Amino acid sequence: MSLVDFFLRHRVEILQSTGEHVWLVGVTMLFSIGIGVPLGVLVTRRPWLTKPILGGANIAETIPSLALFGFLLPIPWLGDRAGRLAVVALTLYALLPIIRNTSAGISSVDPAVREAARGMGMTDAQVLWKVELPLSLSTMIAGIRVATVLTIGIATIAAAVGAGGLGEFIFRGLAMVDNNLILAGAIPAALLALFADFLLGALERRLRPGSARAH
Amino acid sequence: MGVCVRSFFMTLQCVPEPVIEFRNVSYRLQDGGSRAKNLLENLNLAISRGETVVLLGRSGAGKTTALKLINRLVEPSGGEVLVEGKSTLDWDPIALRRRIGYVIQETGLFPHYTVAENVALVPRLERWSPERVERRVGELLTMVGLAPGDFRQRLPHELSGGQRQRVGLARALAADPAILLMDEPFGALDPLTRAEIRGEFQGLKKRLGKTIVIVTHDIHEAASLGTRIALMDAGRLTGVFSPREFLDSGQPVAAAFASQLRDLENLRGSGRLGNNGEE
Repeated sequence: MSLVDFFLRHRVEILQSTGEHVWLVGVTMLFSIGIGVPLGVLVTRRPWLTKPILGGANIAETIPSLALFGFLLPIPWLGDRAGRLAVVALTLYALLPIIRNTSAGISSVDPAVREAARGMGMTDAQVLWKVELPLSLSTMIAGIRVATVLTIGIATIAAAVGAGGLGEFIFRGLAMVDNNLILAGAIPAALLALFADFLLGALERRLRPGSARAH
Repeated sequence: MGVCVRSFFMTLQCVPEPVIEFRNVSYRLQDGGSRAKNLLENLNLAISRGETVVLLGRSGAGKTTALKLINRLVEPSGGEVLVEGKSTLDWDPIALRRRIGYVIQETGLFPHYTVAENVALVPRLERWSPERVERRVGELLTMVGLAPGDFRQRLPHELSGGQRQRVGLARALAADPAILLMDEPFGALDPLTRAEIRGEFQGLKKRLGKTIVIVTHDIHEAASLGTRIALMDAGRLTGVFSPREFLDSGQPVAAAFASQLRDLENLRGSGRLGNNGEE
């Protein structure tokens, strides 16, 4: 059976798995942005936290993903549902680029701009929301872009703990030595990654300071 | 306001109460360990309403630190800085800074804000009505020599250095502060633009009647803008002079600065410049 035939015959399952995959990645990104951006800001406010926070995220990054899923499995609340476990593990992976780029973006704001902002009588919160965050937005998006592409890839491994997604096909294909089955998982995952990369890349360029709002 | 006393000849002499006063101010920079660096020592200086005081000195003399003590971007390690009779530490720093215009060399314009938005910054923070902000922005741009119609919507990166500096000045003046602090305001400009803007500023200064403190290492700027020149060296105030006194002063650092002006005169005299020599 040719690959095209295979895809056509199994299009419903493939679409369903792709949907699961997108859901898994989407929820993960929501969590990792929600946690990573505040941590990135915190690091710029309390420099002594840089080492513990970035170090922690770095360590999480180095644990092989299959092992991480395995480690988390016996934890009571987490192990109960595969989706939950997968989101937690994936979030741990996605954090590092987001924290790092958020803090890098904020630190790269021109000191003169920050000094002027403070000198004009902006409060710390105003400096953050009106100056630092808008000016580091494109760097932050770049971090989110890396994290998203990374997560789309690693999320295929989540199928090992039964979280579903495109990894299902890959694992089944490996077990049955069926290339079509493997590709049914790998190709949509790759397309998804390319698509996310393109979309976030475009957003990043649009938000780069000084490039977008020229009249 | 101010203190009036009968002088020896029974004429009433009024000493205006200083708007800004440094009392025995010192500032030390703690560099992590126990070693501390004295950036300012025993600074005493009183600045009256409407005066333009120039803090002149070489790099590292503590001029910028002294300036930042006024709007509490740094806090004194010893002594106190009074603004309108109240120690800066007793002021709410945000309220204090909004009453003081601040211009810096790199302008610090917000790159993601248009010219109009940059100028409107403090009025908006102070919650002026949109119409009032709009009107004020137009006024200010005109005042600093930028046609509002042309410039309102531009972004800082679309401006020349001189134009950026003008916007920086307009922004500092936006909420009509009584005090204006300027840190090397024309330092990043080429000599011609610099002289041009300095000249315009001289006229503007007269109309505004503000208390101004300017930090510079440029003797031309000091001599042409200052009603008084406060000479600083290695964290200490070495003297306060009128521009005339300054040029004739025997004080070594003052003399070194003054000689820069004379050098230029000498060049002209020797015929290397002007007269017959077309360079």
